Amino acid sequence: MATVSLKVPGGNKITIPHYPIDMIGADERAGTFTTRSIKKQSKLDALYLAIEMTDLTTLGGDDTPGKVEQLCGKAINPVPPQYLEELRRLVPEKDLRPIPSVAAVCVYPEQVPVAVRCLEGTGINIASVATAFPAGQLPLDIKLRDVKRAVKFGATEIDMVIDRGAFLRGDYQKVFDEIVAVKEACGEDVHLKVILETGELKTYDNVRLASWMAMEAGADFIKTSTGKVQPAATMPVTLIMLQAIQDFYEQTGKKIGMKPAGGIRTAKQAIHYLVMVNETLGSDWLDPHMFRFGASTLLNDLLRQIFKQYSGQYFYDDIFSLD
Amino acid sequence: MKVVKTIKLYIGGAFVRTESGRSYSFNVAGKDTQFARLCQASKKDFRNAVESSKGAFKSWSSKSAYNRSQILYRMAEMTEGKRHEFESLFMDSLGKTEGEAKEMVDKAIDTFVYYAGFCDKFHQIAGSINPVSGPFHNFTHIEGVGVTTLIEDDKFDFNSLIDSICSILTGGNSVIVLLGEGCPAVLGPLAEVMATSDVPGGVINILSGHLDELSEVIAEHREVRSVSFQSTRDDVFQAMKLKSTDNMKRMVPRHKNEKCLENILSFVEYKTVWHPVGY
Amino acid sequence: MTKKKTTKKAAKKAAKKTTGKTTKKATKKTAAKSVRKTTKKAVSVKAKKFVFDYDPAPESTAIVNIKSRYEHFINGEFVAPESGKYMSTINPATTEVLSKVAVGNEKDVDKAVKAARKALNGTWGQMSGAERGKYLFRIARILQERAREFAVLETLDGGKPIKESRDVDIPLAAAHFFYYAGWADKIEYAVPGREAKPVGVCGQIIPWNFPLLMAAWKLAPALAAGNTVVLKPAEQTSLTALLLAEVLQEAELPAGVVNIVTGAGETGAALTAHSDVDKIAFTGSTDIGKIIAKAISGTNKKLTLELGGKSANIIYEDAALDQAVEGVINGIFFNQGHVCCAGSRVLVEESIADTFMKKLKKRMQQLRVGDPMDKNTDIGAINSKEQLDKIKELVAKGKTEGGEFHEADVKIPSKGYFCRPSFFAHQSASGTISRVEVFGPVLSIQTFRTPDEAITKANDTNYGLAAGIWSEKGSKIHKTALGLKAGVIWANTYNKFDPTSPFGGFFESGYGREGGLQGLLPYLEVK
Repeated sequence: MATVSLKVPGGNKITIPHYPIDMIGADERAGTFTTRSIKKQSKLDALYLAIEMTDLTTLGGDDTPGKVEQLCGKAINPVPPQYLEELRRLVPEKDLRPIPSVAAVCVYPEQVPVAVRCLEGTGINIASVATAFPAGQLPLDIKLRDVKRAVKFGATEIDMVIDRGAFLRGDYQKVFDEIVAVKEACGEDVHLKVILETGELKTYDNVRLASWMAMEAGADFIKTSTGKVQPAATMPVTLIMLQAIQDFYEQTGKKIGMKPAGGIRTAKQAIHYLVMVNETLGSDWLDPHMFRFGASTLLNDLLRQIFKQYSGQYFYDDIFSLD
Repeated sequence: MKVVKTIKLYIGGAFVRTESGRSYSFNVAGKDTQFARLCQASKKDFRNAVESSKGAFKSWSSKSAYNRSQILYRMAEMTEGKRHEFESLFMDSLGKTEGEAKEMVDKAIDTFVYYAGFCDKFHQIAGSINPVSGPFHNFTHIEGVGVTTLIEDDKFDFNSLIDSICSILTGGNSVIVLLGEGCPAVLGPLAEVMATSDVPGGVINILSGHLDELSEVIAEHREVRSVSFQSTRDDVFQAMKLKSTDNMKRMVPRHKNEKCLENILSFVEYKTVWHPVGY
Repeated sequence: MTKKKTTKKAAKKAAKKTTGKTTKKATKKTAAKSVRKTTKKAVSVKAKKFVFDYDPAPESTAIVNIKSRYEHFINGEFVAPESGKYMSTINPATTEVLSKVAVGNEKDVDKAVKAARKALNGTWGQMSGAERGKYLFRIARILQERAREFAVLETLDGGKPIKESRDVDIPLAAAHFFYYAGWADKIEYAVPGREAKPVGVCGQIIPWNFPLLMAAWKLAPALAAGNTVVLKPAEQTSLTALLLAEVLQEAELPAGVVNIVTGAGETGAALTAHSDVDKIAFTGSTDIGKIIAKAISGTNKKLTLELGGKSANIIYEDAALDQAVEGVINGIFFNQGHVCCAGSRVLVEESIADTFMKKLKKRMQQLRVGDPMDKNTDIGAINSKEQLDKIKELVAKGKTEGGEFHEADVKIPSKGYFCRPSFFAHQSASGTISRVEVFGPVLSIQTFRTPDEAITKANDTNYGLAAGIWSEKGSKIHKTALGLKAGVIWANTYNKFDPTSPFGGFFESGYGREGGLQGLLPYLEVK
């Protein structure tokens, strides 16, 4: 893969330098974060932060308003109050920090109106996967209509997919132009997350290039996966993207956010990701504005571990699984 | 009256007299008459040989193994061509019978051929691909150790000398042969074989001289990476070992066997290379 | 022991203080607000930064029972030193005395050599290769089973991070025994077309930087080949070798096959000088290596040496830069830089030197220096006061020679022997730090313009142990690898070790190889 040259709106050209990645070295480095041992208060803090960073997601063909309503309820109050009371009774001496709401719920455009109704006034964002999610194999005008519709319904964040087919056949300009167009369709106030679907790009060199193109094209966040392709988010892929964000920031001064999505199911994994963010981009990105987890089952494990940290006991799994 | 010739040193592909102007005689076997005069190489001659040998090591070690193999075979051919000269030398100067002399040359030619065929094979026998646990390609490759000095002195044995030269050359090294006082005037025809066998100048240098005079400079010279010590004088060997500890020269004692892999492997280094395996 | 507890407590307190603060801040922010819809960029809320400070995560030391005194291991038994003398061994992270270790003299060495000779002529010498192999397999298995115990003891005695003793030293030591175990009944394949016999009684002297691993590197091939051994561990780090002696007992290795005599330089000298030793194998500094080589000249003892290095780590402009930075970090800061093959001289192509150094500085800032028993520690304690003083002295000298000196701005404990990671850049090639083996977390960085220049600079040393090459161009890697005078070349990686992979150097970095088939040969004598 050599240098990639792209036309940007206004007629100028930009070049994206080839930035090779050594797979084994990247895997090894990513592995080092998983050997960090996060204990006690630092663990508890990280668990809370992870909740605040969660984009609670349902993206099923079987989504219904009822399901989305439940999801929104959980987004606002991740733990039923009665269990919090129980925890308080168990450890009366401890200063129990309230469980925060999640960062956003993430749904298909069709479900955005339901989410808007449920989340009114909570401050929780509504993310919607537009642009012919997950394959992205429709013409641009339909993708843009998809986006505009979601925005009109009240989505505050759009999670778009790139055209992986175009990317893999070398039509980088098409990929780039589509991101630019979607960004424009989002307008000023709506955040754009660009899903690279790294499980289909396969190589880390591709991930690096796609990350850079997305950032140049106006992404507010870059995101690993739709969750519909295996593998979804992995530590090394996220590392490559974090390092691209770092280099982009060094060169342009722009801070781009990161969202690994899919496959992050346990609190332990989430903490590994936070350690990785901490040791690559640093504190500035340890913030829900700059880092999100795209996940559905993760939240329950985070809660379970928070209860464990406070009480030393493991609670019934069932009490958290209401969604 | 017979003209007694003075046999020159062979340095950097050229026949030269010693810069010291000294020479010594080698007599006809069992007689008091001179067979030939030999140059008595000085320390400076040795240093000159090292200089030439150092440059030649680069070109010799970077030649293809196939090419080295052909050049060693060429040496066998040239020795065959000079068979009568070698034979009469051994008969006249060492008192060998015609049969013995012929056998000495036969064996030496066989040794050249043996090592000619080894140049492009020993890597496959002694090198390796190592099955490390992890996503790495790992292989051990063999390289010559560098400039090597071969010391022949007493107990001269023509075939052993050729074995030593060949095993050093096969490994990709350049060699400076020191034929001590105990060696006959074999320098002449041997150098002529080398000069006509397509081996680059400096890959083989041949000196005649006194071991006691030169052992110290050989041991101390840092560019000499190893020594093949074929003399039986253990006192000199131990003294050289002591002198060479500061430059950690590889001091290789007299070989036990001829025509064998381990003689080649005495003058090599193993280089192991790791590389990740991934996209 | 009590001293240590108090320091740990203090550290805990300090950590709580800082994290406590962040919690409060975070609470305020998150209780009701969460993320506002309208926030586009995070800049507006930057005031409340999450500081992710890891609380101490110390590995428990309960698994190890450190004795108050350790004896020699001779003829299968622990025996008191002839002199009655013992030396202290300390924990360099706390400077507290861990235990006392026997000081060996000529008489102890003689007893050990006699026991080794007896085993060579008796049990071990008469045993079939297959049986020898089974003992080695058994040792490997016990090592694996007791791995945690060894890791903790190694870290307490030597100061290396528990993460490294747990993930590198101990597993690799076990892997070495496993690997060579299988050679014991296949010796005829090691010397094709020849017959070989063991060299005899081997004296093995090992360093303090990888105490158990070096013992395994030495013992496993020696025993597989049928030799018997007298091992002398480094005086700073004898404990894991003595714990290994217990493993040998547990494995019922016949008496005298392995004998361990502890002590300092004089003990090593006595072993080297002993007339009934057939071979000396030494790993350590080039200076001591030369002394040993001198000591045995005049005899026909065989010798293998693994000595020092000033290994170059070459970074070409087409390298995978983030991975190269990791390779440099791993190359010089692994095991506090106490590594003979440390990539202590970075040669970076001039066109990317600035970017590289910027990334390196940022990465160095993430290194956690401190309590070696903490699972999050990246750089532990310098092994001894002598070594720390030597490092400090060299750094001070380097500073007087101009150029740029950069030290990571990281916390280090006030007690114990610790050193911040640092590098020197823009210094002349003749500078102290670019030529002398520091054996600490101190890097030299120089630049080059062309591959030829890189190779020339890399080879400009009397050492020849290892080298690194970073490039994504295959042909360039191979050409460079051919040009480098080094026994181990890591291309696009660094500091990787494996029992199947031969290790050892050219020139003044030593003779012979350890690991792989090539590492078996120095313990065999071809008939």
